[in-house]
Amino acid sequence: MGFSVPYGAAELAGQLLVGLSRSMILFIVCAGLSFVLGVLRVPNIAHGSLYMIGAFATFSLSKFFAGSSAFWIALILAPLLVVFLSLIAERALFCHLYQREHLMLLLFTFALSLILGDLVKIVWGAEYRSVAAPAMLKGSISLLGSSFPRYNLFLIFAGLLVAVALWLFVNKTKFGKISRAAAVDRDMVGMLGINVSWVFAAAFVMGCYLAGLGGALVAPTVSITLGMDHTLIIEAFLIVTIGGLGNMWGALVGSLIFGVTHSLGVLVLPQFAIIFPYAAVVIVLLLRPKGLLKSVW
Amino acid sequence: MIHSKPLGWALAFFIILLILPSIVPRFFVYILALIFVTSLLAMSLNLLVGHGGMFQFHHAVFYGVGAYTLALMVTKTSLPIWVGFVAGPLMAAMAGLIIGWFCVRLTQLYFGMLQISLGSLVWAVVFRWYSFTGGDDGIHGIRMPPFLSSLTSSYYFILIILVISLILLYLILKSPFGNTLQAIRDNPDRCAAVGIHVRRHQLTAILIATFFAGMAGVLFVVLEHSVFPDLLFWVLSLEIFIMCLLGGWFTFGGPILGAAITVSLRTFVGKYTEYWTMILGIILILLIFFLPEGVMGYFQGIFKPRAKEGAQRRM
Repeated sequence: MGFSVPYGAAELAGQLLVGLSRSMILFIVCAGLSFVLGVLRVPNIAHGSLYMIGAFATFSLSKFFAGSSAFWIALILAPLLVVFLSLIAERALFCHLYQREHLMLLLFTFALSLILGDLVKIVWGAEYRSVAAPAMLKGSISLLGSSFPRYNLFLIFAGLLVAVALWLFVNKTKFGKISRAAAVDRDMVGMLGINVSWVFAAAFVMGCYLAGLGGALVAPTVSITLGMDHTLIIEAFLIVTIGGLGNMWGALVGSLIFGVTHSLGVLVLPQFAIIFPYAAVVIVLLLRPKGLLKSVW
Repeated sequence: MIHSKPLGWALAFFIILLILPSIVPRFFVYILALIFVTSLLAMSLNLLVGHGGMFQFHHAVFYGVGAYTLALMVTKTSLPIWVGFVAGPLMAAMAGLIIGWFCVRLTQLYFGMLQISLGSLVWAVVFRWYSFTGGDDGIHGIRMPPFLSSLTSSYYFILIILVISLILLYLILKSPFGNTLQAIRDNPDRCAAVGIHVRRHQLTAILIATFFAGMAGVLFVVLEHSVFPDLLFWVLSLEIFIMCLLGGWFTFGGPILGAAITVSLRTFVGKYTEYWTMILGIILILLIFFLPEGVMGYFQGIFKPRAKEGAQRRM
């Protein structure tokens, strides 16, 4: 412990890269959470469980296909499994509860996360699991005199790709426009003859897809275990709040703040690095209580 | 006396609890004591959530602070034990004052989120500071004085503290302060308009609630002789929240019922299957669908029409 850790430009750049790649995972998950919050007004705690399921499914699928392209197949299939689960949950349970107050929804989604957590325990057990990164993303690239792990660079690329795809989806497609309209005034959208119930279902499923995708992408970088849902979801909620509820770009800004402060905190105070992102959230909330960007609530 | 009937029930219940340890097996005494500790924690939260309408999302922090204060005082200093018993709740109230001072500036969900981030700061420090708090291992084998060495004696100690705390909480709730707090819950803007200092009342409520949460933490150490960082983790906070919902958060005794249900579920379902949280989740979902007022709220709803009739007849 202490402030005297010597670090140079190379360490700084390395940590920054780690922070950025972690931010991108957070962004992908938080964008989904934020989308669901914005359109459906559901604070979905089970989002973290879906992320965990995405990671575990990636483990099983990449083991099942066991080839050079196993990871890529898993990356496509695991989020689809999450989509399937979330569609069932939406049609069977969520769609009856949209009119309830937020606190009730919060407790309902927590109950759901308890059930999903135990389901994961039944299916995959309580051991630690790990997924190997695909061969072409193993090792590191040396750049400007320091080496960067390839997989982290890939994560940053994937995060940017998701951001662009989301922007196109929300702004340029008809469904994106309808879902944005439903976020502002759901009754009016219904009056225009649009089946709001299915718009909500589709929006929910899309948000959950992002949770599953985040889980699949994070799988090679962490040890997959029970409880990863709890650590993630609390961070995700804080990020979405400081970004502005329901604002996807807010989720990006929040994720960057959270991920980068954590990784740079490692350089300053390795033992207490985890404190820095929380402190950043406190500062943001005190200065701008409603979040950095405009909230749709 | 309007309250004579519930009071009579409570008294009868208390007497039963007093003689129970000499009848039932040791294991049940332990479970009952655990229910008492959890009840006090849930009751303290309900003062803010049910009666104050505040989004106290990270109440477990104050429970943990109370427990850790006692644990550290016993293991690191040689002060008499009662200093720890007093310092636990006081430290929790102090943490409540500091965290609450920031939180009351915001409302609703933002209040809750700020509290989660501030509370997570405390959790992170406890979780990582190995040399002082034991980090994620926690502190185990905390020695209690001779008069609390047996399970039965700690049972009685916990029961007495619980009863005193419940009486105090009841009196606070029925005082002008308690009424003002409930008025703020129902309409903060109007309260502010008639000259009530909303933030100050909320902060006072947080101070009181965190004091009792710290008390519950102290009792936890008396019962378990150990502390660990999960006591301050947000999952526990949500669990307490659920206890209030389960029992019915607009009733006085609801959280006790909720705590009893949750603790018994964990123990008795946990005996048959390790997947007891799934059962809890299913029960919770059924409850949200069918009994949105909570178990006790539901029964009060049934009995209320009759109670009103009686009141009218008396008039």
